[in-house]
Amino acid sequence: MDGTERPVLEVNGLSLAFGGLKVLNDVSFAVPQGSVTAIIGPNGAGKTSIFNCISGFYRPKAGHILFEGEDIGPFHPPRRAALGLARTFQNIALFRGMTVLDNIKLGRHAHMKTSLLDALCYFGRARREEMELRREVEEKIIDFLEIDHIRNKPVASLSYGLRKRVELARALAMKPKILMLDEPVAGMNREETEDMARFILDVKEEWGVTILMVEHDMGLIMDISDHVVVLNFGQVIAAGKPAEVTANPDVIRAYLGSGDVEALRREFRGEAA
Amino acid sequence: MSGFDWLFFTEVSLAGLGAGALLALTGLAFVLIYKATKVVNLAIGEMLMIGAYVFFSFTAGLGLPWWAALIAALAAGGLLGAVVERAIIRPMLGESAISVFMVTIGLGSVLIGLVELTWGAAPTSLPDFMGKAPVFIGPAYVSRKIVIGFAVAAAVIAVFLIAFRYWRGGVALRATATDQGAAYSCGINVPAIFSMAWVFAGVAAAGAGVLVGAVGGISPNMGVFGLSALVVVIVGGLDSIAGALIGGILVGLIEAWAGTYLGGEYKLLTTFGLLLIVLMIRPYGLFGTVEIERL
Amino acid sequence: MRIGTAKQTYAADEALFDTNVQRAWMGLFIALCVAFPFMASEYWLYMACLVAIHVISVTGLNIVTGFTGLVSLGQAAFMGVGAYAVAYAETKLGTPALLNLLAAGLLTAAVGALVGIPSLRVKGLYLAIATIASSIILHFIFANWDSVTNGVKGVSVPPARIFGVELGRPFALYFLILPLAFLSVLGAANLFRTRIGRAFIAIRDRDISAEVLGIPLLRYKLMSFALASFYAGVAGGLWAYFFRVVTPESFPFVYSIFFLAAIIVGGMGSILGSILGAVFMTMVPEVLKIGVGVASPLLSDAVAVLSPVRTIVFGILIIGFLVFEPHGLAEIWSRIRRFFHLWPFKT
Repeated sequence: MDGTERPVLEVNGLSLAFGGLKVLNDVSFAVPQGSVTAIIGPNGAGKTSIFNCISGFYRPKAGHILFEGEDIGPFHPPRRAALGLARTFQNIALFRGMTVLDNIKLGRHAHMKTSLLDALCYFGRARREEMELRREVEEKIIDFLEIDHIRNKPVASLSYGLRKRVELARALAMKPKILMLDEPVAGMNREETEDMARFILDVKEEWGVTILMVEHDMGLIMDISDHVVVLNFGQVIAAGKPAEVTANPDVIRAYLGSGDVEALRREFRGEAA
Repeated sequence: MSGFDWLFFTEVSLAGLGAGALLALTGLAFVLIYKATKVVNLAIGEMLMIGAYVFFSFTAGLGLPWWAALIAALAAGGLLGAVVERAIIRPMLGESAISVFMVTIGLGSVLIGLVELTWGAAPTSLPDFMGKAPVFIGPAYVSRKIVIGFAVAAAVIAVFLIAFRYWRGGVALRATATDQGAAYSCGINVPAIFSMAWVFAGVAAAGAGVLVGAVGGISPNMGVFGLSALVVVIVGGLDSIAGALIGGILVGLIEAWAGTYLGGEYKLLTTFGLLLIVLMIRPYGLFGTVEIERL
Repeated sequence: MRIGTAKQTYAADEALFDTNVQRAWMGLFIALCVAFPFMASEYWLYMACLVAIHVISVTGLNIVTGFTGLVSLGQAAFMGVGAYAVAYAETKLGTPALLNLLAAGLLTAAVGALVGIPSLRVKGLYLAIATIASSIILHFIFANWDSVTNGVKGVSVPPARIFGVELGRPFALYFLILPLAFLSVLGAANLFRTRIGRAFIAIRDRDISAEVLGIPLLRYKLMSFALASFYAGVAGGLWAYFFRVVTPESFPFVYSIFFLAAIIVGGMGSILGSILGAVFMTMVPEVLKIGVGVASPLLSDAVAVLSPVRTIVFGILIIGFLVFEPHGLAEIWSRIRRFFHLWPFKT
């Protein structure tokens, strides 16, 4: 992260509107290769909308999204996923009718080659590819995230924290170059939060995957992120290292009046002490 | 185009308007249920058929005067609506819209079977209670039944619209349609609204059934009329009353023109062709609310 | 907790039948199927052929509706396309039966993909209604395209011939229909062990997230429609060889509802459910026939009663299963199996 390396993801002048409502207004930021970048901001600031623009679910009104230097604006969502843009969702989007294992395997879809005819016959190419996937999912992902005890359970039966972890597993199966996590620890208790923080750092260190996350938990952000982008009313009001950002008067003003101010205060006291 | 018979065209169009009013009435019943309970009721045509057959029983069978039989048919329609809602729709609350849709397919099947079992499979006609003297609008001839059907349907629709707008229950129904949870917490008895919507829809369908039966006769296949009504509401937009009215007139006219100029077998074909075109161009119908999806 | 299911390899864990007991039962079942024609009467052979044809069609419908979540009310019309394709090939082209069946499947798959095109814009109920529209349009074509379908009079189909053997009677046709039914079910079971099957289920459960996770929605929805229609086309082709006359009335709209009822009763999104549903729904009218026969001394017109009673029972089955047992017979079956896993040592 010395600034000379090209950022893995660049957002330039992104604007998004629903009818007359401006959701994003000229948003620009860059996600450095190998970093953990966090987007923070009060509720309704447009954080998840940025994710949806990057995934291709929303079509922005203006602006460009560059992934590894390439403008991915014209690409439809599946193509972006195949490029290595993996994500999790704020309101967990696991497939209820499948087991944990199948949910994770689904993440690999875009990288597999089995055709309809292969699939109907199964023996041969489809089987080879499926077995390879199974081995990799088991040995790299399930072991890593410590979810081997639930692999054959239907996702509907899992606790909230475990579901978030399965979502992370599915995103990892997507062979990500950048992993977008939408509130990875929302609603988790302290222990689950710490587990998730450990997994995120391990993904960054061991897998070499760049991480972009939206999160409200300031403690987590101060602990693991390298770079923070602050969003308010659809505009970037500050960006920089976590400590710089939390000292920025604009940021403090943006958080006043929203419930998160207490979190920031605590963080300040932590810094001072 | 000197050879084109404009008088004949006008007559066909007027007949189409008459049929359109009946379609609009059926469509209204459909939209009422959809707005309140978010159920797409594929059995609406069969509910309509039950109304027509009950009317038939009371007039031809028991020899009651037509107005008494009509009241009985409307009451039976309302009762059917209430029973259906309570017995099979409410247990499905919270299930996927598609499951409930398929339940109504099952319901349609049961109703067809019941009609065949009770009244036989052969088509028959309702006793004439409207008179036969033709009506002339200017030089154009229109069947008396169609004029009466149009007038009654228009009046009933007007009453429904006014009730929907000003009556307490109508307002509660609109509130429920907008946001069930919020309506519930405002003290609106949402289950009662569900029942009410089904009862009113049942009454409207039964009324439409008597009119449709009077015009075209009755048979266990008359539920097919419900398919045309389905096209009406899809074209108009599932949750739009104005859409049901305009869609009804539109489909009525198109069916009349297609039936006359192309041949009877082209009626359904044209209707459903129209449906496919509308679905491709405006998936939520002409006046329907676009559903916004969220990730 | 099941015992005796420890695995050494991932392949063993992903096998269709993962214990020796299951494999033994399966072997026994196949042996019974082979022996069946030599023991059964003409009537039971007839029923077996009809059930097998329905199994193929219901499995197809389950792929598109049960697994992909796209409600199709056109399965009977698709079968009609296959039946007419076979009738046309037999009477006008004289091509071999197996080729005709394949062609019927492929043609119907193309028609199915065409019918699935509205899924570009609409989904859920709107799509279901679009399939009703397509099915009505197909019926119109059956009844009016005289040069191919011979209009309302229909087409008579000569018996199937395979390698010079004429398959006229159910006994002979059984050996064509049953293996094809087996292959169809096996293909479907395989499908859901691979990425394609997972993509279908993902589309059913949450299509917009599936798209963001890398599944091109339109392509997979059309693929699902096409595959379901392929199954319907083959089933329709066999139907034509079985009944030997194809008319527009052979594939009415209620036949589509029959198939929908079969997947609901059997279990949506379950391969086993397709089989159980097809068997159950095909046998119901026969049971009713017997029931009405028993009651005939009490009824003035027993034959006239049969058809409406059947309609009512179909409707009640749809409603009853959706309300009380939404996962169908397959769920009941697995409950029974769970009971016997540890029986008689259950606490």
